[in-house]
Amino acid sequence: MSLKPVGIGLMQGLFVVFKHATRKRITEQYPEERLTVSRRTRAQELVWDPGLCTGCATCVKACPQGNLKVTTSVGPNNNYIVEKFENDEGRCIFCGLCVEACPYEALFFGRRYERSQYSRGELIADKDEMSGDDKERSAYFRPDLYDDLPEQTLLIYRKHKKII
Amino acid sequence: MITTPQEIITRMPASVWQPFDDPLDSGWAVDNFWAHWGLFSVGIIGFVLLVVMGFIWFERRFISPMQLRIGPNRCGPFGLLQPVADAVKVMLKEDIVPNLADKVVHFIAPIAIFVPVLLMFAVIPVHEGVGLIPDLNVGILFVIAVGSIETIAVFMAGWGSNNKYSILGAMRSVAMMVSYEMPMAFAVVAVVLVTGTLSLQGIVQAQTIPFALLLPMAFILYFIGALAELQRTPFDLLEAESEIIAGYHIEYSGMKFAMFYLGEYGGAIIQSALITTLFLAGWKGPFLPPFLWFMIKLFAVFGMIVWIRATWPRVRIDQLMSFAWKYMLPLSIVNLLIVALEVIWFEGDAVTWWLVPINIVICGALLTGWATFFKLRGGPQVES
Amino acid sequence: MALKTDLVTLNIGPHHPSTHGVFRMRVTLDGEMVREVEPMFGYLHRGLEKLAEGRTYTQIIPFTDRLDYVSSMQGNWGYCLAVETLAGIEVPERAEYIRMIVSELQRMINHMLAVGFFITDLGAMQTPFLLMFREREKLVDLYEMLCGQRFLYNYMRIGGVSHDLPPEFFPAVTKFMDEFPSYFQEFEDLLIGNEIIQARAIGTGVISAEQAINYSMSGPCLRAANVDWDLRRDAPYSIYDRFKFDVITGKNGDNWDRYRVRMEEVMQSYGIVQQALEQLQEVPPGPVKAKVPNLLRPPVGEVYVAIEAPKGEMGFYIVSDGSIAPYRWHVRSPDFINLGALRDMAIGSKIADLIATLASIDICLGSVDR
Repeated sequence: MSLKPVGIGLMQGLFVVFKHATRKRITEQYPEERLTVSRRTRAQELVWDPGLCTGCATCVKACPQGNLKVTTSVGPNNNYIVEKFENDEGRCIFCGLCVEACPYEALFFGRRYERSQYSRGELIADKDEMSGDDKERSAYFRPDLYDDLPEQTLLIYRKHKKII
Repeated sequence: MITTPQEIITRMPASVWQPFDDPLDSGWAVDNFWAHWGLFSVGIIGFVLLVVMGFIWFERRFISPMQLRIGPNRCGPFGLLQPVADAVKVMLKEDIVPNLADKVVHFIAPIAIFVPVLLMFAVIPVHEGVGLIPDLNVGILFVIAVGSIETIAVFMAGWGSNNKYSILGAMRSVAMMVSYEMPMAFAVVAVVLVTGTLSLQGIVQAQTIPFALLLPMAFILYFIGALAELQRTPFDLLEAESEIIAGYHIEYSGMKFAMFYLGEYGGAIIQSALITTLFLAGWKGPFLPPFLWFMIKLFAVFGMIVWIRATWPRVRIDQLMSFAWKYMLPLSIVNLLIVALEVIWFEGDAVTWWLVPINIVICGALLTGWATFFKLRGGPQVES
Repeated sequence: MALKTDLVTLNIGPHHPSTHGVFRMRVTLDGEMVREVEPMFGYLHRGLEKLAEGRTYTQIIPFTDRLDYVSSMQGNWGYCLAVETLAGIEVPERAEYIRMIVSELQRMINHMLAVGFFITDLGAMQTPFLLMFREREKLVDLYEMLCGQRFLYNYMRIGGVSHDLPPEFFPAVTKFMDEFPSYFQEFEDLLIGNEIIQARAIGTGVISAEQAINYSMSGPCLRAANVDWDLRRDAPYSIYDRFKFDVITGKNGDNWDRYRVRMEEVMQSYGIVQQALEQLQEVPPGPVKAKVPNLLRPPVGEVYVAIEAPKGEMGFYIVSDGSIAPYRWHVRSPDFINLGALRDMAIGSKIADLIATLASIDICLGSVDR
């Protein structure tokens, strides 16, 4: 029977935890400190370009949720006029298949992520809301936008801040 | 047979009332008995509530850097007002009593858990000659006796809630607290043997060397026992969140829940204060005023408890019991024997630096030696 | 005089802090001892298998994220592999390597989280768990860089992956790989010597190799029971035959072995990622997705393809009737099948061990209930 020192592992654990207490924090104070999202972010909105859209409704066919609503009418040059383009963001799973499917690159992901509303009805984004000028476009499946977007903040490179 | 309050008072030892007979001696005690009583009652309640808030804040802020986060930082500077906000929130909550609960027991339990904490504070010395009962000659006995009431309160809460989880927690608590009282008491007896007094004030004054150094074994045993008494990790079985959710106070809400919270943290103050008093030389210390020394030591002990809470998982119920009865109890008895021999050897004056290295060596040898015979591990014995 | 005692039926879940979602157990207790466990699930049932029958093959990919949401990439991969096998699609080599890297990183995440949850359910105040979460957070940032989201990736496509690795991925992942072993050593220091964890985990929740095979268990739970079986080595899919790694097995099939197998598999995955990153340097840049028609119509037939997901053998069974949607889509989710052994592991132990055993199986209710 050999003598077994007791509590060595327990003390080692305490030491490791203490070592972490001396390190700097890695969490962010959300409303004040914001991270830059990825360039390819699939954040919580879709951006629609009315100039590029031809109303072919490929996005509607690609959507696994059946979530996009597109209504078109025939225009003067025998083209489609998009009368209604709606996405219920409360039911959207943001899989990005519609953006991927769009043959004319008229549908984008937006980069905003603070999209909470007080009622589900307000979450339905219509044509005007989806084509607003204030929308930032994500480079998800739009590689030509990639280089213009700000670089994502990564935890690996993040300068840890002092504990306040 | 004691029948009337007057009789109780007349039968009490004279030293209990001594400060009131000679109030000018200490310079702090108020010469009117009722004024003294009122002042210190309010003082103790205020102190306990304030330090509980301080402890809650301290625990949350101290644990968060260990977990790489910030902790509460929204209410007030450094989140100092977070406990206040929590208190206000909890007071505004609805008080729910389960339909099939034993209403009376359910109602009394939160009171019964908090009152012993306040009672115990009557004898904790924070300064020479200051306190509700500044120098109770059986102080440590009083503390141990009153501290045991908590077990009943916990069981009342568990039983009265009429919930399976709470009764499980309560059963665990009774088994655990009764077991851990024993080695704790033996550890205290070692201190009493060395000092020759039961008075907490006397114990502090006798500590020319902090007893944590002189009696390391008793210190370790008492600390482990205190963790169990406080229901702190690694002995937080009776409110094991991952197993029985909240244990005995699962059915409490609102202010009643807050009373349990107060009782828990009040217990933490008491045990930290007792460890400070018994093993860390109480209010004694150079340069700083005694009360400040007391508070510093209080928070240091609590910091250690929090640190342990942040690191270790909890033990299982059978391991807990076997640890108390097979490891701590024999060790505490052996420790008592050794201390008694030392006291005889040094003819009653065992507080000497000579004994410090000897006792530390004995402590290490005992802990290690006993660990070879004792296995915490239950179930089939397999090699890792 | 013997005291008269009674059995108590306790309902653990569906809302309980340590049931990993909405899992429910009806436990019959004799004091603290567990006499009977009856697992009940279905609280998170979304009918994904039926829903998939009305979707095209591409539209099912987002659903596979939501099976085992702790390791979505592996779900993606298993499904895409099954469809590729069914339709006979050749995946570009670069895409194979990308899939390999992201999936093995995912396995590291999953195993670390599983161990973290396990220690938390043993009663540690979430410190080990949060320390592991930091490593996960670093990787999740990289996944966001790849595919735009941190949790539900939807990254793989039939015939490849949706995007090539961005240029800033490589320095970041190299930095991660450089730093990881030292952090991992810290986790080992924190946990492996801890006497309380040893006391709690060794010898509890034991399942024998024979029982484990009879229960059709897979993954770390099976390997902990000393069964040397790993689909990555024994039935290599994709390009696993190009990498060197060990299959970790335990001895006794107890909670401790499951914990150790997971921790050591993290390092094996780390080795695979390192080899894959090295080999990827030699692969010329090119397409990362094979030419696959938008509305894929696989030939009539059926296929079962299984991959070694972090939790065990994740299999996809697809019956095609030649149309754009599968006729039948079935998922063999590993944790659902591993969970079947919970009763045998837990009976006769304490409640605390039941909780620990449940955590050590590493279930994810998204894939148990589907």
